[in-house]
Amino acid sequence: MAMPLESPVTFSNVGKTKWWRRGIFASQTGYVILALLVLMVVMHFASPYFFTEGNMQNVAKNFSFIAIATLGITFVIITGGIDLSVGSMMCFSAMITSMVMVELSAPGSPFVHLAADGKTVVSNVPGLILVISVLAGLCVAFIVGLVNGFCIAVLGLSPFVTTLGMLSIVRGLAYVVSNGRGSFPGGPDADYFYALTSGDVLGVPAPFIYLMILAAVMAVVLHHTGFGRHVFALGGNEKAAELTGIPVVRVKIEVYVLCALAAGLQGIIISGWLGSAPANMATSYELNVIAAAVIGGANLAGGIGGPLGAIVGCVLLEVIRNGLVLAQVNSYWQQTLVGVIIILAVLVDRIRSRMT
Amino acid sequence: MASADTTPVLELSGIGKEFGAIRALHGVDMHVQPGEVVGLMGDNGAGKSTLVKIIAGNFRPSHGEIRFGGNAVHFNRPIDARGVGIEVVYQDLALADNLTAAANVFLGRELKRKFGPLALLDHKAMAARALELFGELRSETRPDDLVKQMSGGQRQAVAIARTRLSNARLVMMDEPTAAISVRQVEQVLGLIHRLKEQGVAVMLISHRMPDVFAVCDRVIVMRRGEKRADKPIHETSPEEVTALITGAKEAA
Repeated sequence: MAMPLESPVTFSNVGKTKWWRRGIFASQTGYVILALLVLMVVMHFASPYFFTEGNMQNVAKNFSFIAIATLGITFVIITGGIDLSVGSMMCFSAMITSMVMVELSAPGSPFVHLAADGKTVVSNVPGLILVISVLAGLCVAFIVGLVNGFCIAVLGLSPFVTTLGMLSIVRGLAYVVSNGRGSFPGGPDADYFYALTSGDVLGVPAPFIYLMILAAVMAVVLHHTGFGRHVFALGGNEKAAELTGIPVVRVKIEVYVLCALAAGLQGIIISGWLGSAPANMATSYELNVIAAAVIGGANLAGGIGGPLGAIVGCVLLEVIRNGLVLAQVNSYWQQTLVGVIIILAVLVDRIRSRMT
Repeated sequence: MASADTTPVLELSGIGKEFGAIRALHGVDMHVQPGEVVGLMGDNGAGKSTLVKIIAGNFRPSHGEIRFGGNAVHFNRPIDARGVGIEVVYQDLALADNLTAAANVFLGRELKRKFGPLALLDHKAMAARALELFGELRSETRPDDLVKQMSGGQRQAVAIARTRLSNARLVMMDEPTAAISVRQVEQVLGLIHRLKEQGVAVMLISHRMPDVFAVCDRVIVMRRGEKRADKPIHETSPEEVTALITGAKEAA
């Protein structure tokens, strides 16, 4: 079928884009990384404590606390959607996890027996309770993500309205199951739980390790699998995606499930660090998460975004917060500054794309 | 070869379509030979789009029969039509601006390599095949460039290259020259010639008389849901076709 070519095609009329105008160098993520580096140098001169090991560990831990959820929401944002229920989801998953853990650890449950002293509860299989309770937390996240995805992809409701409703539904459920009291991870496996969520390996905080692994997996999924390609196509031109035979409904449901799972995992990790899952946990975190994604270069109109941007956005937010504390600036300025940076980041990108 | 040339790639007989009380198409018979370029003309509301959508599998006809390559076919979804070898280049091209040319060509049909249980995209193979297709279409398009940065002609080439992936036997192009510059129109007409050279039948749906007369072998004129004319291009004239479209002349 292939036709022999009389002459190879030349590119006399079509220049190649210069390397510094392609890829990361021409993306908002690139500019924000540059801004972040500048900011860190400034911080170094503003406070000698900034680059100390303790502070760096602190920064790494703190930004990891929203970064996993930011990875999840980045999938949704790339498809051109939004998920406002991530904050509530964090709380609900954390709460279910700690409640299941407490329930399974109660004397009389088949998973535990009493030690010789008649008081200490010992688990029959160390770690099993932890695994089951974390799976329970992720399972409710999965269901919420499925409902979000079903309403948006199958029923055709707007993502904003659907997830706004879900924000309220899930937060309400968290109050219902806990009666507003919050819950505390307990029982014989609680020590493992704390070690896995707020511990560290050779000085590197555990949440940071999870984040790096998940970000690497996400990068591969987005750029080297059919699913990732379809996620980008959906954000670029949904009608085209449909006409070319991409299973649009399935991909949409999958991204909302992924987002809810990431938020659930994030919530479980946060509760380990807090030592509890209060019913008002992670209130309004969805705004931080969306802000971090947008600062890092994810485009709310869809089609653009990635794990690097998500992480950079989170780091920038945390460095600002941390820096303001170290510089002894009134910490109430933080929110104002974050807002300014969201607008600046998007503005710089707009100016850049007008210039080229 | 002789028999292959005489079997029409597409044959419609008595195709009709009603939407409620509205009769959009009535008793349309037509056929398209391999390697033939047929112009489908008509004013807005003449039934062109309905006919195209029936052939592409978007709608089912209320009456009549579609034969493709000699066999009767029934399409329930566009993907069924694509399965037998009918490709459509949509008016808005259906491209994702944020992806590269190669990614758009292979959208929904990505090439993959197995790594154990994982199937990862085979970027190299896709870029190579896309470059080959752009070469066949004589379009200066780099597989790795973003569609966002491309000219109208290049975008057309990407959309047409997509139809070449599956060895399509009939390509329908909906207003491919409506929104592009004069130089790019030349390129698109060139692309149609390339398809014809390769034995692909092309149906060109267009409002632009000069384009139809430049590339088509035959022109079909629709009016009020009926076929009013079906003539070899050298036996008619733009004036006659205009008269047929507007109704100044009833049939030819």
